[in-house]
Amino acid sequence: MSHVKKFVARNAVPILFAIVCLLGVYYAKMPGQFLFMEIVKRMARNSFLVLSLIIPVVAGMGLNFGIVLGALAGQIALILSTHWEWAGIGGLALTALLATPMAVVFGMLAGTVLNKAKGREMITSMVMGFFANGIYQFVFLFLVGTVIPFENEALRISTSPGLRNTVNLSRIRGALDNIWTIQYGFTKIPIVTFLIIALLAIAIWAFFKTKLGQDFRAVGQDRHIAGVAGIQTDRNRVLAIVFSTVLAAWGQIIFLQNIGTLNTYNSHEQVGTFAIAALLIGGASVTRATIGQALMGTFLFHLLFVVSPSAGQAIFGSAQVGEYFRVFVAYGIIAISLALHAWRSKSLVKASMEEDVSA
Amino acid sequence: MKDRLIKIYHGFGLPRLIISVFLLALIIVAAGTDLSVPGLLSDSLVRIGQNGIYVLAMIPSIQAGAGLNFGLPVGVIAGMVGVLVSMENSLMGFGGFLVALLVAIPLGTIAGYLYSLLLNRVAGQEMMVGTYVGFSVVAGMCIFWLMAPFSNPALIWPVGGQGLRVTLTLVDTFGGTLNNFLAFQIFGLTVPTGLLLFYALLAFLLWLFLRSKPGVAMEVVGRNPRFAVASGLNINSYRSVGIVLSTVLAAIGYVVYAQSFGFAQLYNGPLMTAFPAVAAVLIGGASTREAKVVNAIIGVILFQTLLTVAMPVTNQLVEGNISEIARVIVSNGMILYALTRVTGGEQA
Repeated sequence: MSHVKKFVARNAVPILFAIVCLLGVYYAKMPGQFLFMEIVKRMARNSFLVLSLIIPVVAGMGLNFGIVLGALAGQIALILSTHWEWAGIGGLALTALLATPMAVVFGMLAGTVLNKAKGREMITSMVMGFFANGIYQFVFLFLVGTVIPFENEALRISTSPGLRNTVNLSRIRGALDNIWTIQYGFTKIPIVTFLIIALLAIAIWAFFKTKLGQDFRAVGQDRHIAGVAGIQTDRNRVLAIVFSTVLAAWGQIIFLQNIGTLNTYNSHEQVGTFAIAALLIGGASVTRATIGQALMGTFLFHLLFVVSPSAGQAIFGSAQVGEYFRVFVAYGIIAISLALHAWRSKSLVKASMEEDVSA
Repeated sequence: MKDRLIKIYHGFGLPRLIISVFLLALIIVAAGTDLSVPGLLSDSLVRIGQNGIYVLAMIPSIQAGAGLNFGLPVGVIAGMVGVLVSMENSLMGFGGFLVALLVAIPLGTIAGYLYSLLLNRVAGQEMMVGTYVGFSVVAGMCIFWLMAPFSNPALIWPVGGQGLRVTLTLVDTFGGTLNNFLAFQIFGLTVPTGLLLFYALLAFLLWLFLRSKPGVAMEVVGRNPRFAVASGLNINSYRSVGIVLSTVLAAIGYVVYAQSFGFAQLYNGPLMTAFPAVAAVLIGGASTREAKVVNAIIGVILFQTLLTVAMPVTNQLVEGNISEIARVIVSNGMILYALTRVTGGEQA
């Protein structure tokens, strides 16, 4: 019995969301086939991005809202690859290769900035995401076509500066998903995409068994003790952000090859928020995140996303209510998790202070 | 002489100097084109008065030790409800404006108090928690706007009989009431006297409060909590005072903003309100731990004038709307700069 209690206490958030999702599924009355298709599609699209958040959490830097920077690196590579007309899986692999050095540089910059803002990494990484977005828009909305010569009908309208609002990624659409699919009902299950996600999950698991991975964990648990033990904490923190940024860049490329269209100026805006909300719904916290939580969270969050408009229609007579509800859930779960984390760490500090006094 | 110049420079600070010089350059460029400089400055005056109160709202929360108030939308929403109640009853002119304030202020007080109870429990992480509480409140209110019991046909969608519209115009009710009060023209420059007077009044009242006994106590709580406890001050209640004050100012700020802007934008409209205000107070020379009323005033003047002048001037030089992008880069760059400066304690 106490076993069950412990399980429920430890997984309160995912259980709560599973119940909400079940209610949503019940009221939405969607055909099972359709629901399955949507979930498979969204899991394939988003799991990689959510997994990219795990390493910084373990390294004690909280939720990395700065994965937006990685997503931007991925998009810049996609813009270039469209320009050079790279196609197919080879083109996609080249795009990922092209995105990597950019993501490494962005990650190093981000990690260096975050080292100057210890204890407030999350807000700093969030603002950094907004800032990077501004720079990205400045480059691709203004400099391209005016300062940077760039002529390509597919990407620009020659009469005005800046890239088109939407870029058709037809050459690499489904390049990864369609290599090998298994048909189940209406649903084409993209096996290779899921294999890559599984590979990443295993790689992250294996990484934490290595010396470097253990160092990250030590830094995450206590920066000062890790420092005393001879671990270069600042360097490790930068590395953690670099890993996360590179993974996010690849994740965004996988995401966009599935969608097939790049919304030049807003494909990346919600990347951080939605990935973080998914991770937290899976039961992760600011200081603890596992692969299982990331995948579970992606599943629950996107199930909620799919069913909420229809459920809103059925319960409140308005699909709009459902759409606003899911955004509210995304923001709300982040707010609650952050508050709970701050609350707990504050009472921990208090407890240790009282101990000091009594000792 | 040299020492004095250096002293003035240190008092004014490098970021402000750079922005002032840049602003001056923009105005000179504007004078060279066929843009009307007085027209640009008139627009700037309106935007300063329109956004000034949001920036003032940052002061009490910083002084009380709760950092920059990223949860500004909590107060803004209270202001929105005030504006909507007044519009629902088709109140016009000053009557409409006052009723909006009379509804917004108590609502802002209640919301601010609840918000402060949360922030007191998450001391040290106020900014991050505040940001997402603000976002959640805005998203949650989207559902409220859809189902809210308003029935004035000017406010709701023409079909269905329920749900507020996305953008409401205040032209027929109390739009511009404050701006047009005693407005006059000088050298082609239109001065929105009522708006600026109202802003000055609030700034003065806030300045007065910070010098009163509770204001000083609040500052002590923010600056040095241990000393405050030793002096017998209740930390949480003074922090609450600062947060409530900040939220109420945000609520008043929205009512003033809406009457000046002439439109009320519901749903996701208020999502990012906190960021320009945060940036402005930082540009004015505040830090995450210390802010004066004068920081808010200098900040909003520099930031809003920059945005107002930059857009038409750059439009003359390049195509497209660079103002929005400039706003994003300048404001977030400024916030980033403030967050990465060494401030002693760890705070988010």
